[in-house]
Amino acid sequence: MSVELISANHAAALAATLAGRANRSARGFCSGVYPITPSTECMEFLCGQEIEKGKVVRADSEHNAMGICIGASAAGARSFTTTCSNGLAYMVENCVAAAGYRLPIVMSVANRTLGPPWNIWADHGDSLLLRDLGWLQLYSADNQEVFDTVLCAFRLAEDPRILMPVLCCMDGFILSHTMAQVEIPTQEQIDRFLPPATIPQRLDKAAHTLGQMETPHQSVVHRSQHHQAMLGARQVYSEIQDSFTEIFGRRPADPLVSYRAEDAETLIVSMGTLGVTAERVVDQLRDQGQAVGSVRVRMFRPLPDTELRQLFGGKKRIAVLDRDISIGFGGALWGEVRNFADRDSIVQGYMIGVGGGDVRPEHLLNLLAELEQSEESAAPKIVEVA
Amino acid sequence: MNEPALNGMALTRQDRSEPLLRSGNSNCGGCGMSNLMQMLRRASAEHELKMVVPACCAAVTSGGFPESAFSIPTIMSTFASAASVATGIAAVAQLNEEKTRVICLAGDGGTYDIGMGTLSAAAERNEDILYLCYDNEIYGNTGGQRSSATPAGAATTSTLHGKQETKKDIIGIMAAHRIPYAATISLAHIDDTLRKLEFALVSKGFRFLHILSPCPTGWKSEPAMGIELVRLAVRSGLFPVFEVFDGERYQINVEPDFSGEALTMYLALQRRFRNTGVTEESLRPSIERYWNYLRLMSGRIVPARRN
Repeated sequence: MSVELISANHAAALAATLAGRANRSARGFCSGVYPITPSTECMEFLCGQEIEKGKVVRADSEHNAMGICIGASAAGARSFTTTCSNGLAYMVENCVAAAGYRLPIVMSVANRTLGPPWNIWADHGDSLLLRDLGWLQLYSADNQEVFDTVLCAFRLAEDPRILMPVLCCMDGFILSHTMAQVEIPTQEQIDRFLPPATIPQRLDKAAHTLGQMETPHQSVVHRSQHHQAMLGARQVYSEIQDSFTEIFGRRPADPLVSYRAEDAETLIVSMGTLGVTAERVVDQLRDQGQAVGSVRVRMFRPLPDTELRQLFGGKKRIAVLDRDISIGFGGALWGEVRNFADRDSIVQGYMIGVGGGDVRPEHLLNLLAELEQSEESAAPKIVEVA
Repeated sequence: MNEPALNGMALTRQDRSEPLLRSGNSNCGGCGMSNLMQMLRRASAEHELKMVVPACCAAVTSGGFPESAFSIPTIMSTFASAASVATGIAAVAQLNEEKTRVICLAGDGGTYDIGMGTLSAAAERNEDILYLCYDNEIYGNTGGQRSSATPAGAATTSTLHGKQETKKDIIGIMAAHRIPYAATISLAHIDDTLRKLEFALVSKGFRFLHILSPCPTGWKSEPAMGIELVRLAVRSGLFPVFEVFDGERYQINVEPDFSGEALTMYLALQRRFRNTGVTEESLRPSIERYWNYLRLMSGRIVPARRN
């Protein structure tokens, strides 16, 4: 184990590199990559690595970067790519295909606003495009978490009970370009954590056809299998956490990261780095005697509904922060979690930091002060931050 | 004309034991792609194959899950992704030192139009892929709309009075990528076809074969006349049969007699050319222009043989 000062983009790429090398005794590693701000440094780092039995193909588009990952994974290799924003939007069709073939591809996304009008700053609207497409989604809040998440993502994706692609999200620039200390395990440790990938449906000797036509009845069955497998990810993830702890000596973050939430009357719910700001605000308000807590949703797909319902139980006020906007509806996270609250809880949605606005503690303090005065839930609010 | 004596092929011990395209497939009668798969069966007897099929008639012909009419491991890719999915498969085969030959079986829509960027990129990277474009000159799967492979003067369901624009020069485009091998294939010339398929299968790097693929459904022609139509297209000079090595060395494989009668017959036997104003005379200048270019590129100013 060593400690390195690296950006989250590099942390993701390094995790993928080590995971790639770990598959050298099996079918190897192959990745299709294409640059886009702010994910570029991840693919650049990967292109600079020597990976035994590994190849990184410099693709001509995000659509084809995923196409190459599909081919590689369908041929039995471990596969990884990275993109964001319009690159992810351009890739979506092949993301649908990757999920449909149930291929264990891991992708790192440095969340960025979709354009035009062009904007390179952090917004979760891009990865939320994949919300309903059969990809697991994990959102990280610091560089170590990004590294650990990518490693766990390979285990999750390749688990025979799961077998589907995994999206590892980090806030663009806020995380992707921030340098921080990251504990890097040895290759030998990684080898122990990531056994050789087995992709049972891979194109081998048998003359079977992947992705061919099917009837409505067969589609229902396949969707249902996919759905059930994803629901099982929470259990599998907790097993992976145990194995990770045993090998690396520290525990990767839970699907829900709750902070001083147990005895809180007011809860702040968020995803990504907003959660870190929320935790600071919680400390500040606790010092002033207010019972505030935070819940960071790390695993957005599958959404840990039971745990959320448990955490929400008995809370008076819940502020849901979304760094996204489902136009004509409200925040995506708010829309998903509001029903887990008690009937008499006030659940207020805030779309804050949309388009990459810099969300600072004072913004959250203002918003909570206002929430403390409210007697009922109002329509979701868009909070403008400079 | 160096045409073979027989149109059909007899099954021999040289063939793969199982057809690549098994019976029970849903191709229309007289589909050129069926003929191509038949010939590939023989040419690939010695090879382990993996196949990528983007959205096209071949994606339908394999039938419904879990049965498949293809007797080799196959993946149905998205429309524009055949060459990129094949890139991944070929890369992993190479990493594992396998002799697997990776082939793409794509229609003209997935090649000339939506898959063009993907194709160009894979060619530029010189991926170890054999790309087969069976060109029926329309979007057959969706009911016969124009593509950039549709020849001028052909009526389609989206160009009711005949397409105005000329067909894209796909081999010119591929040759400009300086790929190791690009060739056109006439299904009416079996010896030439087999030789090219065999050569392309053993060659390394990106190889591109363009097959004029009769489509009775879209061309509004007799299913039994498909091979004959290809023969007429070749004879008249409309479909030149040639190959290009490394994007530089052009070799004309079949010397046409530029028969006006053949061209007239080619048009008359397909209802897609009826009432669109296309005639032997209207096609002649573009055929001549293309052949002048071919002569120049192949260094053969005078035809080798003229019957």
